[in-house]
Amino acid sequence: MSTIAHTQKRGFAGTVWEYLTTVDHKKIAILYLLAGGLFFLAGGIEAMMIRIQLAVPNNDFVSAGLFNEIITMHGTTMIFLAAMPLLLGFMNAVMPLQIGARDVAFPFVNALGFWLFFFGGVFLNLSWFLGGAPDAGWTSYASLSLASEGHGIDFYVLGLQISGFGTLMGGINFLVTIINMRAPGMTYMRMPLFTWTTFVASALILFAFPPLTVGLFMMLFDRMFGAGFFDAAMGGNTVIWEHLFWIFGHPEVYILILPAFGIFSEVIPTFSRKRLFGYSSMVFATVLIGFLGFMVWAHHMFTTGLGPVANAIFAVATMAIAVPTGIKIFNWILTMWGGSIQFTVPMLWAIAFIPSFVMGGVTGVMQAAAPADYQFHDSYFIVAHFHYVIVGGVVFGLLAGVHFYWPLMFGTMLSEKLGKVTFTFFLIGFHLTFFIQHFLGLMGMPRRVWTFLPGQGLETGNLISSIGAAFMFVGVIVLLINVVVTQVKNVKVGIDPWKDGRTLEWALPSPTPFYNFKQLPLVRGLDAFWIEKMEGKTEMTPAEPIGDIHMPNNSFTPFMIALGLFIGAFGAMYHVDDKGWALPVLIIGLAVAFASMLYRSIKDDHGYHIHKEELLDDADKGGTR
Amino acid sequence: MANLQSNSGEPKVNYEYRRKKSAEDMRMQVVTFTMMIFFTVIAFAAVGAGFSKWFILPFVLLLAIVQVVFQLYYFMHMSHKGHAVPQFFMYSGILIAFLTILAFLTIIWW
Ligand code: HEM
Ligand SMILES: [Cu+2]
Repeated sequence: MSTIAHTQKRGFAGTVWEYLTTVDHKKIAILYLLAGGLFFLAGGIEAMMIRIQLAVPNNDFVSAGLFNEIITMHGTTMIFLAAMPLLLGFMNAVMPLQIGARDVAFPFVNALGFWLFFFGGVFLNLSWFLGGAPDAGWTSYASLSLASEGHGIDFYVLGLQISGFGTLMGGINFLVTIINMRAPGMTYMRMPLFTWTTFVASALILFAFPPLTVGLFMMLFDRMFGAGFFDAAMGGNTVIWEHLFWIFGHPEVYILILPAFGIFSEVIPTFSRKRLFGYSSMVFATVLIGFLGFMVWAHHMFTTGLGPVANAIFAVATMAIAVPTGIKIFNWILTMWGGSIQFTVPMLWAIAFIPSFVMGGVTGVMQAAAPADYQFHDSYFIVAHFHYVIVGGVVFGLLAGVHFYWPLMFGTMLSEKLGKVTFTFFLIGFHLTFFIQHFLGLMGMPRRVWTFLPGQGLETGNLISSIGAAFMFVGVIVLLINVVVTQVKNVKVGIDPWKDGRTLEWALPSPTPFYNFKQLPLVRGLDAFWIEKMEGKTEMTPAEPIGDIHMPNNSFTPFMIALGLFIGAFGAMYHVDDKGWALPVLIIGLAVAFASMLYRSIKDDHGYHIHKEELLDDADKGGTR
Repeated sequence: MANLQSNSGEPKVNYEYRRKKSAEDMRMQVVTFTMMIFFTVIAFAAVGAGFSKWFILPFVLLLAIVQVVFQLYYFMHMSHKGHAVPQFFMYSGILIAFLTILAFLTIIWW
């Protein structure tokens, strides 16, 4: 088994090198999970600082300027560097297995996407140590951000540009994979729902990121070269940024929530032991949400003075999105109806998600009523709304996914007991923190406010909210303990650890071989593995004889390309200060990036083959599954 | 694409068929190519003849759109089988971009 070096034990340095160069979607998934998890912790610490500052009136735990930096970095980190990458991690880990593919369509690009995201995120966070973080909010509205001193906003612009490229690549890669690499028999209407939501979310990435890229470039030119796109004094228009940002921004929130919907759509049927109710309407609703998501961006701008016609039309369009979302909610409930429900940790998250998310949806429709939004806008009511959808939807989905897919990704099972502790603390903490914020908002507390005065009826609410945040913090700590304990104990689980796995990924041996499927499986319907199990089989029927498998080689080039852009970004940023070293750094960085691309283009790398004989040798490790 | 690759794994089998297909394609390409040159000439002529800009602008744009369609369908083989998904994505993209621009032109910047 010479070429199957991947199964040999490595030293620590060897493991690090393997991960730096890997193009395997399963390992890239772990990288996404690690990096996204670290950024999630960073964002979480920022959140705790916000809540400490706001726990009592007239507090000066942090200064006003620092507070602005903290809220900006909290929002930016959580959306771009935590939630999205963690979801991309699950897509990488699960989607290729669900459709019966041996990898994604472009493994090299997959690695490149990860490293771009990672270096972009590191760049953004280095702002803390290099003269101050961005401070104009995660939406970075132009009139504010153009006036912001120092390099904070430049870190925001360049960091998001780099990590945005990575995300865009990831999206395109998933689209091509799903369109072209489904196993025999896996028609579109037999794709598991997580694959469907990955597909639609990737399409949204494809169409939504270019406006952001354009907006960021315009911002970059305004700040560095004195262009006047957003500067009214120079004939520009500051509202253009808002449009560009929200044309991206609203689809972005669906990029986040759809994959989370996908995770729930896998968890709920599994632990109800029933097939997903209304599969085709679920697919239809997902696609419809994807389309409508592009036609509602102005609901974030009702108060900019678009006029009654625009506000009315966008209000109606926004409310329309609640319809397909409602379809989904009913389908999940009807899936559980009459099922034999098992209250595992992932299922608990799924059950808690339904009412929590519905509350966020209801406040969403309230805000969609444009006249009412003049009251809600820029108050804590908005903060409550989007945390109900993003935490109650996306984060619950991520937590369900972590517990559900842990055995698939790491071959071990997270402790159910500790999982339930996390669940209890986090759920209680979540509602304590954010429910009261609706009322704080209605009482007039503005969002992004540094502190508040005593005697205006805001003390109790804010204190409750901060206590809730502490509960969530405890929940996350318990989750970390759970992860460490589980990995130290290292009790391996076998195939189909949840016993009721329905889709292809659960038919694979554990750990999943690096080539995934020795023989591509034949898919005979929705919930392919369940169908086989119901006929008394323990494995999938192969769709092809055992043959050579073509595999891509590992490569360090993606890392180098991303590193080059990362270095170059520093040069670009400090160039405006007339620093002598800035231009050389910019040139060196870009040279590294382009030289790496050139190297990749001219060097022939055909990958290698795993030969049939080796696969036959491997029979004891999982057969044809 | 579809006419160059054989999916039978036995290239000789449908050789004749593919030959005929290719010849047809070639004819269409020549025809559309001629038409595209012709359109370009008309476009220049329209500008040169000094018509009102209210005629020239839409007219040239229309010719341009037709050329794009020719390009996609005859030169980039979108008329062949197996392009349903790219077509779906292109048309969705065009639809969304169109609606966005329409919204800007009609209700946002009035
Ligand atoms: C029924 C569906 C939804 C409706 C009708 C809706 C409606 C709205 C409206 C009208 C606003 C703007 C309020 C204002 O600023 O005055 C808003 C803000 C927001 N929504 Fe939603 N929403 C929905 C679902 C979601 C989902 C699923 C997410 C994310 C996963 C989300 C995330 C956000 C965020 C982040 C903001 C605040 C953006 C900011 O100003 O920073 N919403 N929503
Ligand atoms: Cu929105």
